[in-house]
Parts: sequence; structure tokens; C-alpha cells
Amino acid sequence: MVALARLALDEDELLRMARELDAVLGYVASLSRVDTRDVPPTAHVVPLATPLRDDVPSAPLDPDLALASAPEREGSSFVVPKVIEAEEEG
Amino acid sequence: MAAPLGTLRECREALAAGATSSSALVEQSLARAEACAHLRAFVRLRADAARAEARESDRRRARGEVRSPLDGIPIAVKDILVRAGEETTCASKILEGFVSPYTSTVMERLEAAGAISIGATNMDEFAMGSSTEHSVYGPSRNPWDLARTPGGSSGGSAAAVAAGIVPAAIGTDTGGSIRQPASFCGVVGLKPTYGRVSRYGLVAFASSLDQIGCFARSAEDVAVVQDVIAGHDPRDSTSIPEPAPRCSNALDGDVAGLVIGLPREYYEPAGIEPGVLAAVREATAALERAGAKLREVSLPHSEHAVATYYLIATAEASSNLARYDGVRYGHRAQGAHSLSEMYRKTRSEGFGPEVKRRIVLGTYVLSAGYYDAYYRKAQQVRTLIRRDFEAAFRGCDLIATPTMPETAFRIGERTEDPLRMYLSDVYTVSANLAGLPGVSLPCGFASGLPVGLQLLASPLDEARLLRAADAYQRLAAHHLARPPERG
Repeated sequence: MVALARLALDEDELLRMARELDAVLGYVASLSRVDTRDVPPTAHVVPLATPLRDDVPSAPLDPDLALASAPEREGSSFVVPKVIEAEEEG
Repeated sequence: MAAPLGTLRECREALAAGATSSSALVEQSLARAEACAHLRAFVRLRADAARAEARESDRRRARGEVRSPLDGIPIAVKDILVRAGEETTCASKILEGFVSPYTSTVMERLEAAGAISIGATNMDEFAMGSSTEHSVYGPSRNPWDLARTPGGSSGGSAAAVAAGIVPAAIGTDTGGSIRQPASFCGVVGLKPTYGRVSRYGLVAFASSLDQIGCFARSAEDVAVVQDVIAGHDPRDSTSIPEPAPRCSNALDGDVAGLVIGLPREYYEPAGIEPGVLAAVREATAALERAGAKLREVSLPHSEHAVATYYLIATAEASSNLARYDGVRYGHRAQGAHSLSEMYRKTRSEGFGPEVKRRIVLGTYVLSAGYYDAYYRKAQQVRTLIRRDFEAAFRGCDLIATPTMPETAFRIGERTEDPLRMYLSDVYTVSANLAGLPGVSLPCGFASGLPVGLQLLASPLDEARLLRAADAYQRLAAHHLARPPERG
């Protein structure tokens, strides 16, 4: 789960998190007692229709501004480490 | 030591009478913030910008132009709403140095109204917490007792109002993060109806639950701020396309005939500190003496609200916080050899323990194999909780409950026991699950610490909610009590 969440924890942190999440999951298990047959799920409390905006052009975010907080950039691109993983990482 | 500022009404009246200027109020506010630095209510002050804005406001007023009742008033805003060209960090290392390219709608509306933010207030990292201890800047302190937390996650905003640094402040409420610190700090805190205030430019925690609202010392002052920030915004697709009625016009002090529901599940003495229960009972009795009718109601699924809330909130958080990857802004870990290693290192260095805990829990409840048992199940129970409130509101106009089962707890007391911290949100989370407006009002003290009364209303009924809150404050003056001055 930790890997799926793109986190890395050391042994101590993992043990602690396992203990804490065990307690929380034990608590939330009480929901299994609730009869929810034929109950629709609520994802959102306001009825959501995707609103459409008027079809008029507006100025996009200035690329320089969009890149201004980037940890590393080159021209109008964000720079990241290699996407293809090295062999030693499996 | 700089004196505390008066209420928003007192500041407005002094400005209108020419007895003070915006520049003088902002100076006093900044000096008071400095004198109260031990509270760690602020993570960043915008002293120079605030002074410049105050001079502008004073010049406008001299020309006879006053933009709104907030024109020239110093306020504070939780470090979770962005403003173009200024840093916003959500009290997280992962957003350090992040300067927004755009401004949130609420900040725009406050600015257009002439309000002057003196700075960004402390909070639990990404608004996840009930104590403002989970902040990269360190914990905020409760002005009533410095060994105790101001509550959270909007603890800095609540503490700043309680200490008289500002007469009003903006916070956000996902499961009680305005109402709980309002209760702990003895101020008024309003969580509006979901969708009533635009979330454009609010850093997302749990998008179906998050709502922006405000703190002040009276319901009347809260109404003034709410009137400025509420209303439809096409830039937030969940913003309700209805005009927001002016709450300030609804405050006539009249509660005659108002039916106030008391949910029997919320008054189980076993779960509440006796002093809290006594103060809340006295508050509802005062409303009854003023002509309101008290009626017992039932919210049968209340016992499941906390579990439902934590499953939905963590699921949404794990999804929303996937964007912090070290690529476009904020912290990036050094020395990673591949993109996925950079993600892992950045996120592990950048997030604090409570945020990691919630991301992992949320990832788990959304994962294949567990989705139906946890996430979908919680969404179904959410429907039942909504229906409980719909049924209850067929028999009453408002619902009154304790905001919290307790008064402010000690700093450090709960950090090792996250489940216990979560369980204390039992009375606040339902309003978020059902999308209802709720307000916490000071209703007395238990062992010297403030107690909060929570009033809840049907969706979009902020006006009735604040009318009752204001009427209560005409009957009892607990909201005017001030924390002790230090030293």
C-alpha cells in the first residue's frame, strides 16, 4: 500500500503505521453492520451537472508563470529524472 | 503590549466615525500579532502589503468611497488559500516555496471588499488534524491555556481571533476544522453549506467535504464576512448556482416559535464531559425561554458518522494529494536516479506523519478488492446519514448539539493515538457528510475553558442559522469573554 501511494517508510515507521491503521480499520469495520441493501451511494451532496462555459476564448496561464515554482525547468519544460528505470532498480 | 482589537463591529464603527484609520488598525493588528507570537497563530505576515492596502483604504474613505463593511478591516487567512505572487504552503514541507500564479475566489472577494489580510494562519498540514500540531511550523497554542491546543485544523485562525489579533479570520472545514477550533477558543465559527462559498483556489483535501468559512467573535460579525465570500462562482463547478441571501439582514433577534431539534444520540451523557453538557443544556434552555421550542429528534446513524467520514475523507485525500510529486512546484528530493524514486523520496520527505497515514489509508480503501467493502460502503452510509437529517428537519428548523464532547485538550496528549483524535469529531463530521451549514458559538466555560454550542440547519439556510446564533448572543454574552493577558 505504501508503495502504491508512492511513499517510502523505514522499518520503524512501517511498524507504527501498521499498528495505527489496524486500530483505524478495526474501528471502521463497524460499518459492515449497517444494512445498505438498495441504498445508493452519495459521492456528492449537490446534484452535479457538468457546467459548460461560454465558447469564448480567454487568455491561458502564462507558461513562464506556470513554470515559476518548478524545482527544475528547461525553457518551457519541467525537467525530471529518467523515466526508464535503471536495471539495478529492477 | 499592544491591546487586542475590538470586534469587527467595533472596528467598523470606529472607522465610520473617523475615530481610527485602517492604517492604525493594521498597525495595531501587526503589533498584537508580534506580542502574541508565542501562540504561533501565523506562519507568515504580509506586513508591508497590509500597510500599503491600509493606506489605499484610508484614501478611499477620505474620498467617501467605502467598498463594504469590511473595507479597511485587518483579517487573517488560513495558509491554504492561494493569492497570486504570494507563498501558500498548507503548513507542509512539500509546498515550501510554492508561489501561486493565480488568486482564489475568496481572496479576490475579500480584496474587492477592501478587507486587508495581515497574514497566513497556522494549520494542521493540508488541514488534516484536530489540533494544529501537525504543522511543519510547529503547534499553535490556545490563548485560554497555552499548554492546550486551539483545536484544528484551522487553529491559527481561531487563536488569532480569540487573542484579538484580528476581528475575523478565514478557515476551512472538512470534518469540523472551523467549528472545533471555534469551540476550543471561545469564538464563533461558521461552516457554510457545501457549495455556498467557492473553493476555487483552495488547496484540496477532501473535495466533496471541504468548505470555506469564517471566524469572528459574534454571529453578527460572521454574517458580515459570510455575505462577502458567499455566492456562485463559475470557476468552481460544485458552487451552487443560487444567489446567496444577505445573512446580515436576517438578524432580528427573534427566535419565537423556532423549533430546535435535540438529537437524542448527541446527548448521551457517557460520551460528553459533564461541564460541556451542562453549558449546552443551559444554552438551549435560554433559547427556549426566549420563545424557541425544543423538540427531541433522532439521527439513528450518528454512531457511524466518524467511520464514514474517515473512509471518504482519506480516499479523497489520497487522490487529491497524488499531485504532489516534485515535478511542477514545491519540494523535490535530491539525488533520485529515476522518476519513480524521485516521487517516493519527495513525498516521503515532504509529507508529515499524519498526512502519510491518511494517504495510505485512503489508498487502501480505494484499492481493488477493498473498494466495495470500505469506500462504496461508506458512500452508502453517507446517504443514510443525509436521510437522517432530512427526516429530522421535517420536524424542526434547526438542530442544537455540543460542538465537541470536551474542551481543549493538551498539546501532545493525542499525537500518539490518532484514532482517539478522530473520535472526538463525532458531532461535527455529519454536517460535512450531509453538506449542511453549521455554526459553533461560545456558550460558557467548563473548568475555565470555552465550550461550544453547535447549531445546524438545512442546506442553504445560513440566514436562519445566524439569526438564531445572533439571538442567542443577545441573551448571553459568553462570546465577549476574553482570554487572560499574558504576563
